[in-house]
Amino acid sequence: MSSEKLLEIKNLTVHFESFDATVHAVENLNLSLRHGETLGLVGETGAGKTTTVKSVMRILPEPPAKIVSGEILFDGQDLLKLPIKEMRKIRGKQISMIFQDPMTSLNPVMTVAEQIAEVIRLHEKCSKKEAHKKACDMLELVGIRPERGSDYPHQFSGGMKQRVVIAMALACNPRFLIADEPTTALDVTIQAQVLELMKKLKAQYQTAMVMITHDLGIVAEICDYVAIMYAGEIVEYGTREHIFNHTGHPYTKGLFACIPDIFTEQNELVPINGLTPDPTDLPVGCRFHPRCPYATEQCAKEHPANFEIEPGHYVACHLARSGGNDNV
Amino acid sequence: MLKYIARRLLMLVPVLLGVILVVFTLMYITPGDPVDSILGDNATPEAREALREELGLNGGYFERFYNYITRLLQGDMGICYATNLNVATRIAQTFPNTVKLATFAVVFAVILGLTFGVISAIKQYSFVDNVVMSISMIGISMPSFWCGLLLMLLFCVQLKWLPASGFDTFACVILPGVSLGLNSAASIARMTRSSMLEVIRQDYISTARAKGQSEVKVIANHALKNALIPVITTVGMQFGMLLGGAVLIESIFAIPGVGKMMVDAIKARNYPVVQGGVLVIALAFCLVNLVVDILYAYVDPRIRSQYK
Repeated sequence: MSSEKLLEIKNLTVHFESFDATVHAVENLNLSLRHGETLGLVGETGAGKTTTVKSVMRILPEPPAKIVSGEILFDGQDLLKLPIKEMRKIRGKQISMIFQDPMTSLNPVMTVAEQIAEVIRLHEKCSKKEAHKKACDMLELVGIRPERGSDYPHQFSGGMKQRVVIAMALACNPRFLIADEPTTALDVTIQAQVLELMKKLKAQYQTAMVMITHDLGIVAEICDYVAIMYAGEIVEYGTREHIFNHTGHPYTKGLFACIPDIFTEQNELVPINGLTPDPTDLPVGCRFHPRCPYATEQCAKEHPANFEIEPGHYVACHLARSGGNDNV
Repeated sequence: MLKYIARRLLMLVPVLLGVILVVFTLMYITPGDPVDSILGDNATPEAREALREELGLNGGYFERFYNYITRLLQGDMGICYATNLNVATRIAQTFPNTVKLATFAVVFAVILGLTFGVISAIKQYSFVDNVVMSISMIGISMPSFWCGLLLMLLFCVQLKWLPASGFDTFACVILPGVSLGLNSAASIARMTRSSMLEVIRQDYISTARAKGQSEVKVIANHALKNALIPVITTVGMQFGMLLGGAVLIESIFAIPGVGKMMVDAIKARNYPVVQGGVLVIALAFCLVNLVVDILYAYVDPRIRSQYK
């Protein structure tokens, strides 16, 4: 596995501009990923996770979305500066994306084999027949009988559809896969199957992956690195072990407190008080301070910078800097 | 699929029987006497009585209905009072003209409406969108006969490019067809736009883009086919209505179509022609609907699987 960076996002800022307000969806976001690694992007709804990855694919609806500043380097090449024609050669071939809801991410009037073959035909020089054959092979790879290729999406169950989507995303052996909550819309048993499949295929093809989720269980299962997002920023970043064993940010702690622990007796889960801030009117200082049980005066005034609390483990919190939240 | 079509064709029988019953009853209770228009005011009472007897107008409601139905089932639609021709012959003379006119109008409307509807949707709220939608609003609001008159003034009277009446050459179809089609084009454009707007926000459109597909193909291959169902419905309705005859346009451009024939027949209480005409129009309408439903199945596999 090369240690070279495959993807590097630098100072990405994305706004959604409407008639009377600007939504600060992503602010000054930095993120990097090496070949073959898996990064979990965790956060509440509206934290800007999907916006971030859609910026990488450049499939944000523009307008209203607007990438205000930043660079997205893929293999050293700034994707944001590429002409759209070049970008299209990267989409589906180098970078693919699995969308959240398999019920709606397949075209209902095309057979599944046609839809898989489409991406193959776009990026590989082959005849219609060869593409179809390869599409059926891909179906077999994800555990669907190849003869079902001529069926339409409505003839598949949710889990099967997500398998089709995965087959489609992996059809051209992409080097980088974006999975936007790939299991959220599925029921638990199917979730496990789909995750298992993704893990297997990822290992087989050496694909780097960003996995968006709000399920820390999935993170524990599949991710090497974790980035916790809150209100358009990354508040904590580190390896899976860092995040799980030396949780640094009060928000991350709050997320863990929301998970039931089967080894201790618990009557109630502890939610994080309050709501995610209005992205058109973000709090001054640390964005989490209105909800943070440990907030100090400084938090309300000063925006915290990233602080490396141990090698490779970054936390954007004043308390972490002062070392004062070890006992939090 | 064939089974479905067969069942739908079978369902035509009760529908048409209903149509016959309603039209017959309506004509029966309408005041006025066909004998007046055939013989004029100066005929003797004896002559009038004889003619009434000959035309079978003296029986009661049930007797006359029974007679009509039995003849109809033998393929006899009656004789036109005005021309003494068989009603079937009269329809054969007029209906093809209407079909020609309606087909031209609908093809024109579909090409125009689909094109501008799609452009409008992908450029939502742009200048082009605003212009197209304003024009289509005018198109929907403008009565086709008025539009026909204006077009006639411009192209026949001023520019002398196209004939103002008659129906023997293709050039004669253009003006009435366009006047009729503009209205439909406007509704098709609006329907296409709203349907496309709904579809292009769907996830599978993002999926198609994420595959690296070009924007044109995303719209043409992925979006349009999904947006077609409501458009097909609109086109079917418009075509069905146009087949019923565009009375005003046919009158303005002096086209011997089914609409003009029907109006003349109603004025003269020409019962057999009215009844036969309505029957054929109803049949055409039903068949257009059937074609629309078959097209649904062709476009959308989810509907196809229900047609068992």
